[in-house]
Amino acid sequence: MSDRISLTIDGRQIEAEPGQTILEAAEEAGVYIPRLCWMKGLSAFGSCRVCTVRVNGRPQSACTQPAAPGMVVENDTQELRELRRSLIDMLFIEGNHFCMFCEKSGDCELQALAYRLGITAPQYPFMFPQRELDATHPEIFVDRNRCILCGRCVRASQELDGKHVFGFVGRGAGKKVAVNAESGLGGTDAAGDDEAVAACPTGSLLKKRVGFAVPVGQRRFDHQPIGSEIEQAQSEE
Amino acid sequence: MGATREEVVKVICQDYGNDRSRLLDIARDVREQLGCVDSPAVDCIAEVLSIPRVEIESLVSFYSFLYSEPQGQVQIRICNDVPDMMKGADRIASELEEELGIQVGETTPDGKFSLEYASCIGLSDQAPSALVNDLMVPRLGAGTARRGVQILKERGELKELDKLLIRDYGDGNNAHDLVRSACSNNIRKAGEVILAEMRRGAGLEKALAMSPVEVIREIKTSRLRGRGGAGFPTGMKWEFTRAADGDRRYLVCNADEGEPGTFKDRVILTERPDLLFEGMTIGGYAIGAEDGLVYLRAEYAYLREFLEHALAKRRELGLLGENVCGKEGFHFDIRIQMGAGAYICGEETALISSCEGLRGDPKNRPPFPAQHGYLGKPTSVNNVETLCCVARILQRGSGWFSAIGSPGSTGTKLLSISGDCMRPGVYEVPFGIRLSEVFAMCDAQDPMAAQVGGPSGKMVGEADFDRTICFDDLATGGSLMVFGRDRDVLEIASQFMQFFVHESCGYCTPCRVGNVLLKERLDKILGGHGQPTDLEYLQRLGESIKMASRCGLGQTSPNPVLSTLESFRSAYEERIRDADDVEESGFDLQSALSTAQTLTGRKSVHFED
Repeated sequence: MSDRISLTIDGRQIEAEPGQTILEAAEEAGVYIPRLCWMKGLSAFGSCRVCTVRVNGRPQSACTQPAAPGMVVENDTQELRELRRSLIDMLFIEGNHFCMFCEKSGDCELQALAYRLGITAPQYPFMFPQRELDATHPEIFVDRNRCILCGRCVRASQELDGKHVFGFVGRGAGKKVAVNAESGLGGTDAAGDDEAVAACPTGSLLKKRVGFAVPVGQRRFDHQPIGSEIEQAQSEE
Repeated sequence: MGATREEVVKVICQDYGNDRSRLLDIARDVREQLGCVDSPAVDCIAEVLSIPRVEIESLVSFYSFLYSEPQGQVQIRICNDVPDMMKGADRIASELEEELGIQVGETTPDGKFSLEYASCIGLSDQAPSALVNDLMVPRLGAGTARRGVQILKERGELKELDKLLIRDYGDGNNAHDLVRSACSNNIRKAGEVILAEMRRGAGLEKALAMSPVEVIREIKTSRLRGRGGAGFPTGMKWEFTRAADGDRRYLVCNADEGEPGTFKDRVILTERPDLLFEGMTIGGYAIGAEDGLVYLRAEYAYLREFLEHALAKRRELGLLGENVCGKEGFHFDIRIQMGAGAYICGEETALISSCEGLRGDPKNRPPFPAQHGYLGKPTSVNNVETLCCVARILQRGSGWFSAIGSPGSTGTKLLSISGDCMRPGVYEVPFGIRLSEVFAMCDAQDPMAAQVGGPSGKMVGEADFDRTICFDDLATGGSLMVFGRDRDVLEIASQFMQFFVHESCGYCTPCRVGNVLLKERLDKILGGHGQPTDLEYLQRLGESIKMASRCGLGQTSPNPVLSTLESFRSAYEERIRDADDVEESGFDLQSALSTAQTLTGRKSVHFED
């Protein structure tokens, strides 16, 4: 434990182990840094940019930046809260997210972050893109309208399931998630219990026939904001 | 009959040792031999390489020069960068659309011709221009494009296009047997560093007489900074790479010159390939690499054979290969890695991804390429011009070099000048030169603005004409576009934004989504629907994209908007003041109704213009 790293987040001193990222160190210290594409157990991706913090004044994604001695990290500032709202807004208007009809409502990290950041309506105009659905698989469906291109399914399939069910195709605004079969998800070796399906932060990958098994009102984010579990874990210690 | 698809793919994969990291080369060859990388071809590659098919689709769909659907035998790409549009690229496009009976983006029913736009192909000083398969066709005058197509239509066999389309070869090595290009070098001013004559081996011999550490010290003493635009000290980059742990190291030359308005690397590659290869060999010696890669942009494929020939010559002379120049134990060779049409691959980590046979997505940093680069090994990525400077520094000494230019920016810089001036072309100038001096040099009469550093750089106006070109003032990778008084800066900014929207890799949210929004709002103002609050919106959105983006592309992509807001604010304000109704939201009812009108086959009676 001798080589523990000491750094500050929003003026508070915290400690990190060598190799830990800012996000991981913060989490251990009970400081929640909002994130979407990051997921425990998966390699860091750095695509959503929601975890952007200022490190010694420079913007960095907390999920990819290793903690280093003496770092001064800004996290919960007006500027960064606004930046994150802007990013979340972009993800909303880029796709077709209709929370009121979505099976994932209350369990959705995008929705939960919007609530936490106080978004009532996006500041940017909706794009209303035309996106494809894929219901070819007997147990899982893909609704790209709700996809935020976080790559959690891509990584989880490779890193946790030992498969290659998903991948990205296209570039720029035309980028989308594809599956490893021309005929659709049904042609792949995906299974309903794959970690890749559970990894989806939104309602883009869902198991069929269990959409409302947990009733609205009893879902993860129905009673407390996303990130509370991290903040509470610390205060209970 | 001919070989089956399976056989063709198998042979191609074998040519690359069935190595997954050569997937970009494999896909390029499949596209060349089979016309496209369609779904069955994807399955074949997946089978031979034992990799998931989605990885191949992922790669193919990323690059502009790879296709999953058949294209015309003759593929015409009209360059639509800003200088080309200023010289009438859109007129060329409509001329060809009419002649071929198709729209841009389509292929003729007989499968002979495809027509599309390309981002800057590196001929902005010879605009308007086009790329026809691998053939550069510069200076398209009224009617010449049409005549060219008519000639091709008359021929049944569409082979040896150069003989059909090109009458005169350009100057210098453009007329070389292995180049045979109509491009001109347009070297208007040759300096001492890059464009001076060189003798093969002059710099290399001196380098090999020193220790690698001494070579790095020499480069550090010269205060050479990277010519790609960011200006990182080259000596330091090499020191980091040399110091990093690894059993192999790589020196990669970034010849993906993609910043619109830049074409100086094309001229270097045409006229001074040996200077570049010499710089690479010195770099390899300095960092302890045995392998060098030149990442050559797909648009410059016509130079490949010529460059391969120059490499072969160097091998013959003992300047490459085992025991270079007789130096016991120093082995170094260079391979050319072709790109496939993606601006983002000029970003060093995206370039490495591309070399590894992946999508050209930038990588997360840290780790930096110096520690964890190509195939996970310590790698130094350097610009073409930087490596040429290296060879010259070793030849003539760091003291000689650092006496040229300004204290913070030593040496010379190649400028690629295009736009509204009488003498567009390549100029080698010492750093520290004033913009006004540059205008005088290229004979730009009464310019209104200049875009320094391409779309990712800055648009500056008259107030800035006394500023200097150097890393600490107006930095540029080489691109300099001049705009006369009759140009519309907002229209130019919008075209630059279109470029970034097209070239964003889509990996991170702010760049993928934000740039689309930025362009949309700019176009709203351009269309006469601007409101006063739109300026604040553009500013804030632009700053968010800059701050949150993952790589240099996103971090600079809002510059066309942010720098015109700064230098040409009145151009925005006039547009807004003149808007027909400043209270209106910019919501276009007609266009919102258009889908429904098309579907129903009826026109809305209430809302006609």
